[in-house]
Amino acid sequence: MTQEFTGAEIVIRALKEQGVEVIFGYPGGAVLPIYDALFQDDQIRHVLVRHEQGAVHAAEGYARSTGKPGVVLVTSGPGATNAVTGITDALMDSIPIIVLTGQVPTHLIGSDAFQECDTVGITRPCTKHNYLVKRAEDLARVMHEAFYVATTGRPGPVVIDIPKDVQFKKAAYTGKANVSHRTYRPQTKGDLKRIKEAVELMASARKPVFYTGGGVINAGPRASKLLRELVRLTGFPITSTLMGLGAYPASDRQWLGMLGMHGTYEANLAMHRCDVMINIGARFDDRVTGRLDAFSPSSKKIHVDIDPSSINKTVRADIAVIGDAAEVLADMIAVWKSGRKEAEPQALAQWWKQIDTWRARKSLSYKKSDTVIKPQFAIERLYTLTRGRKTFVSTEVGQHQMWAAQHFHFEEPNRWMTSGGLGTMGYGLPAAVGIQMAHPDALVIDIAGEASVQMTMQEMSTAVQYDLPIKIFILNNQYMGMVRQWQQLLHGGRYSHSYSEALPDFVRLAEAYGCVGLRASTPGELDAKIEEMISIKRPVLFDCVVDPNENCLPMIPSGKAHDEMILPDMVDAPTVSEEGKVLV
Amino acid sequence: MSQQPGSAYFLVDARAREIRTTLAVIVDNEPGVLARVVGLFSGRGYNIESLTVAETDHIGHTSRITIVTSGTVEIIEQIKAQIGRLIPVHRVIDLSLDKPGIEREMALVKVAGSGDKRVEALRVSEAFRARVIDTTHSSFVFEITGAPEKIDAFVDLMKPLGLVEVSRTGVVAISRGAEAM
Ligand SMILES: Cc1ncc(C[n+]2csc(CCOP(=O)(O)OP(=O)(O)O)c2C)c(N)n1
Ligand SMILES: [Mg+2]
Repeated sequence: MTQEFTGAEIVIRALKEQGVEVIFGYPGGAVLPIYDALFQDDQIRHVLVRHEQGAVHAAEGYARSTGKPGVVLVTSGPGATNAVTGITDALMDSIPIIVLTGQVPTHLIGSDAFQECDTVGITRPCTKHNYLVKRAEDLARVMHEAFYVATTGRPGPVVIDIPKDVQFKKAAYTGKANVSHRTYRPQTKGDLKRIKEAVELMASARKPVFYTGGGVINAGPRASKLLRELVRLTGFPITSTLMGLGAYPASDRQWLGMLGMHGTYEANLAMHRCDVMINIGARFDDRVTGRLDAFSPSSKKIHVDIDPSSINKTVRADIAVIGDAAEVLADMIAVWKSGRKEAEPQALAQWWKQIDTWRARKSLSYKKSDTVIKPQFAIERLYTLTRGRKTFVSTEVGQHQMWAAQHFHFEEPNRWMTSGGLGTMGYGLPAAVGIQMAHPDALVIDIAGEASVQMTMQEMSTAVQYDLPIKIFILNNQYMGMVRQWQQLLHGGRYSHSYSEALPDFVRLAEAYGCVGLRASTPGELDAKIEEMISIKRPVLFDCVVDPNENCLPMIPSGKAHDEMILPDMVDAPTVSEEGKVLV
Repeated sequence: MSQQPGSAYFLVDARAREIRTTLAVIVDNEPGVLARVVGLFSGRGYNIESLTVAETDHIGHTSRITIVTSGTVEIIEQIKAQIGRLIPVHRVIDLSLDKPGIEREMALVKVAGSGDKRVEALRVSEAFRARVIDTTHSSFVFEITGAPEKIDAFVDLMKPLGLVEVSRTGVVAISRGAEAM
């Protein structure tokens, strides 16, 4: 007779077979059998968070910084609903995570039992796929399928809802090797004919630009290597989305900086004026394109994406290649080399000259001050003083996030974790917990806003419990700065409920949590305080008191095109049309 | 420029022409699969004009969903790509491409009345090749099969003749010719 295991044991076995080392979770009635099996296992480490949303963001941080899937374990009802924000975040940013939720016993499903909720119903639109497992015999297969679905193709979150009786029932275990999915076979190899056409078009370009995104990061370190090779081979300029930062080194001469709403002048104008755009693993998001009917009007567009639904969703591609970024990049390089292609050298030189004039506008510049800390200055110093270390950065959402993207420069992929698609305030602190779990010796910094950080502040307690020396660097401008900026630009300076009233004393708060609190209020003391923060081998809350009125520029206002940016040196107050006001 | 779905930005274009399309979707017959498809349509703001579903392969446990939808060419392309992205979906076939497929719908139509109207209802039903499947002294239930427009026409004719109730299956469709899709 084949050996049988309880459902809970099957879960643990499957996790181990999938190579899972860490899970993030929170117990409750409907997952007690799994927690019991975990108690008796000495291989998998469990991180007890303080709120289930934190567990999911931690798993996201873990996944993004390692390239491995993140795993979450929560109870039924409120455990599952608390996880929904994180799950949606992972869907929007294509992060592979597996979320195990407990459920009431099968015979009680549908009876409004205690802590029952329709988890698969609630999470259907915010997962890549989800399962309700009604029989212990199916559990091992579903577990392995879930890892396969979450990590292949365009990655994303998968929820497995496991009723409590199924966790107790005994069944045989099926190994990973014996499970293959019935339907899901994402295409990874690009169509060579299309790739040849794409390379042909690239070689004929006079004003080309690479526009890359999170897809390159998701395709693994090899994709970043290949991207570097192709970009250098062609000599073309390159820009990237918020999600794609680090795939191409920011110190390189061909790098134009980030594009989009708060992107650089040179990146956005290169996009606007180019004649050939090579999009690799980006999705023409509205933060990037601005006004669609004025988006890069005279370019031919090559779009490489693993998700067929990304093609022609908002912007028509002239040449579409469906496939994994690494696979397609490798083929592009091979084709480029075999034809010994060389783009029009003179036209390209002319294009670079043009780009250099845009660069000369120094769109990321800002007014320096001796008395108050400018938020951009704080990020610059943080970047300079941590350079050369193995540093990982997460962020919350708001102005500080954009300043971090603009002024903290990344040389490697998987070092930058931010909530791009959903824009979830409260992402950064728990994400830092997950990153530090995966990289115990690295310097992990959450660049935070004083409003965002209060959404998941309780995870400081998690950091203390597991000795995770994360650094929470708060750009404290006493405002929901991004909201205040929009109210200034769009609503006549009526700052409705965007002032951060009744703030805690972050230094004393840190001490209350049992970690270290630091504060810098003047430019003069900033460096020493940052150095001190780095040297402390414990979690730190750093209250960096910055100029409350600084705006995040450059900016493409809503409803405007790439060539209608507001630059820092423009004196006039920016105007936004009536049409633009209703946009987000 | 045509209307772009999924953009936060204004794109005014009154000219974008909507087309009607019939899609056949082959899915694994597992719990929740219909909810995934329907939820996708409501979540992304697509239209469903009609939807039918039944298991068509009892051994392979696959079902065939026939969806009639409408939208601009771009939106139809997006709908197909989005459905194709659902994990339990095997294939999405557009039956309106190339040579249009055959569409049929069945309706049960209850008509009550007496005298001339009753005679006229029966006469019309013969002209439409509808079958009488239930009769009382004061009512008929007709079964009629055909393209949706034919059923519309039949129902319209029955209105003044004592139409009481209509139940329709929604469209099922298949491609013409010898090949399987
Ligand atoms: C959960 C959530 N609620 C609301 C918002 C809308 N929002 C975007 S930025 C922002 C202000 C963030 O303030 P803070 O964290 O202080 O960052 P700052 O912009 O001041 O740097 C708000 C409220 C959001 N992104 N996420
Ligand atoms: Mg703030």
